[in-house]
Amino acid sequence: MSTAKTEREPMFSAKIKKLLLGPLNKDNPITVQVLGICSALAVTVKLEPAFVMALSVIAVTAISNLSISLLRNTIPPRIRIIVQLTVIAALVILVDQILKAYVYDVSKQLSVFVGLIITNCIIMGRLEAFAMANKPWPSFVDGVGNGLGYGIILIIVAFFRELLGSGTVWGYHVMPKAFYELGYVNNGLMILPPMALIVVGIIIWVQRAKNPDLQEEN
Amino acid sequence: MKALRKQLDKIKPQFQKGGKFEKLHSTFDAFETFLFVPDKTTSHGSHIRDSIDMKRTMSLVVIAMIPALLFGIWNVGHQHFLSHGETVAFWDKVLYGLWKVLPIIVVSYVTGLAIEFAFAQIRHHEVNEGFLVSGMLIPLVVPPDIPLWMVSVATAFAVIIGKEVFGGTGMNILNPALTARAFLFFAYPAQISGDKVWIAEKADAFSGATPLAEAAAGIGAETVNFTHSFMEMFIGTIPGSIGETSTLAILIGAIILAFTGVGSLRIMVSVALGGIFMGGLLNLASVNAYMDVPFYYHLVMGGFAFGMVFMATDPVTASQTNKGKIIYGFLIGVMAVLIRVLNPAYPEGMMLAILLMNVFAPLIDHYVVEANIKRRLKRMKPAKA
Repeated sequence: MSTAKTEREPMFSAKIKKLLLGPLNKDNPITVQVLGICSALAVTVKLEPAFVMALSVIAVTAISNLSISLLRNTIPPRIRIIVQLTVIAALVILVDQILKAYVYDVSKQLSVFVGLIITNCIIMGRLEAFAMANKPWPSFVDGVGNGLGYGIILIIVAFFRELLGSGTVWGYHVMPKAFYELGYVNNGLMILPPMALIVVGIIIWVQRAKNPDLQEEN
Repeated sequence: MKALRKQLDKIKPQFQKGGKFEKLHSTFDAFETFLFVPDKTTSHGSHIRDSIDMKRTMSLVVIAMIPALLFGIWNVGHQHFLSHGETVAFWDKVLYGLWKVLPIIVVSYVTGLAIEFAFAQIRHHEVNEGFLVSGMLIPLVVPPDIPLWMVSVATAFAVIIGKEVFGGTGMNILNPALTARAFLFFAYPAQISGDKVWIAEKADAFSGATPLAEAAAGIGAETVNFTHSFMEMFIGTIPGSIGETSTLAILIGAIILAFTGVGSLRIMVSVALGGIFMGGLLNLASVNAYMDVPFYYHLVMGGFAFGMVFMATDPVTASQTNKGKIIYGFLIGVMAVLIRVLNPAYPEGMMLAILLMNVFAPLIDHYVVEANIKRRLKRMKPAKA
């Protein structure tokens, strides 16, 4: 019996590290896989809602990945999408209720977009591509990694949009008063959704310029 | 001239491969070809021989803009002194106008060319000539009181996001000058719309409303009250963006462009026809006072004429096929008047109409070409059977 025991992988092997950190850069769900763009445009006007949104998505991807991975051997393949959706929907409702209970203002600002986490392609994508075929621990780490990758882009975009669009960071005024007296005006375009798309585009541009292996050969 | 050539030849080796300033090759090249006709000849493939190259084409467009620019400079001064109720000599108005307009032109060119040169160095390309035109167009489509830093930010945005990310001149989807204006319009609405900004340092009591604003006020009112007559709008002694007020000066530019074949007459005519068509249609509907504004007013109010002659005809962003040009132009005219009259949030529809049709231009071309292929295939069929 004891000989059948295979050697266990260490908790933080190189593979696990890659699962966690890969989505932050070369496998980023937003800038490389171009998933979950819609919510990135909608919730990034201010830093605070973007941060809360990022946390919510991390929680949902991580826990749904974990649960589906635990269930993966018992889910009949033909109804797997339904099972996945049920798990995600249950988690999203939980997150929504928690936000309403503890950060009601932010929850109001996020409005439907918390509910729309259900339709976020990143979560379904990770369940299908990863959790259905991997063990619980790697799946959990993969979920956290992808949530982080999504969150980091959200926060970068929201930082620039809030700074240039409203002159604030996390609600605090950071643009010096002297600038305004010299004639500086907040950029109204930054508050409009198209600018989020352009900022995401610039991030993609910078990222690709830094990582030549992301560039396609024409 | 000879001394200049000699000087250039002397320093040329330093900029070529292996030279001291090898990295600045494109900068040197840009200045050399700007001053002298390049002596390079293409050695293979068939070519049409013509003395005109891109630099000369662009220079012609800039020349065509000069009447509008000169008139704009005078008008900035004219409107300023008019609003203060002073009568001054012709040259005083011109001097005041120069003092207002020149800094905008300088800022636009310096910002844009700096970015163009920087990108050319990084990519080891030649410096593109496209900005010669855009750099002049941007000052002409902004109000005279615009803060200079906004011009700079908008120019940078237009050149980087509107042009360089697509690969530079010739690859852009949107007209860069209009991109700059659209950026200003959405980012800093207080500085580029309303009735406060169109006259440089105007007296408070004076109404600075443009004819377009007056017309837009007619949506809820009984009649539209124009302060200016049709003739004044045509000549251009009205408040407005620097270079767009005078339809007359713009028409002179249009003649230059059409005569030299640099700007497409087909597009200009079809834009005008589109405007007349939509204006006439709204005249027939005549639900509110704005719709009753005679259709020919639309051609002289605001930026219609300017957009028609200098923006819509941009060869990069317009349709390429002849039939496509007509559809493209006609729809610009229709959309511009439609946005003006039916959407009070955007008093000037020309900018948005042209940008919208810029996006559709490749699609129009695609269907024109497809239709042509289909027609010719049909001709083939009876022969086969």
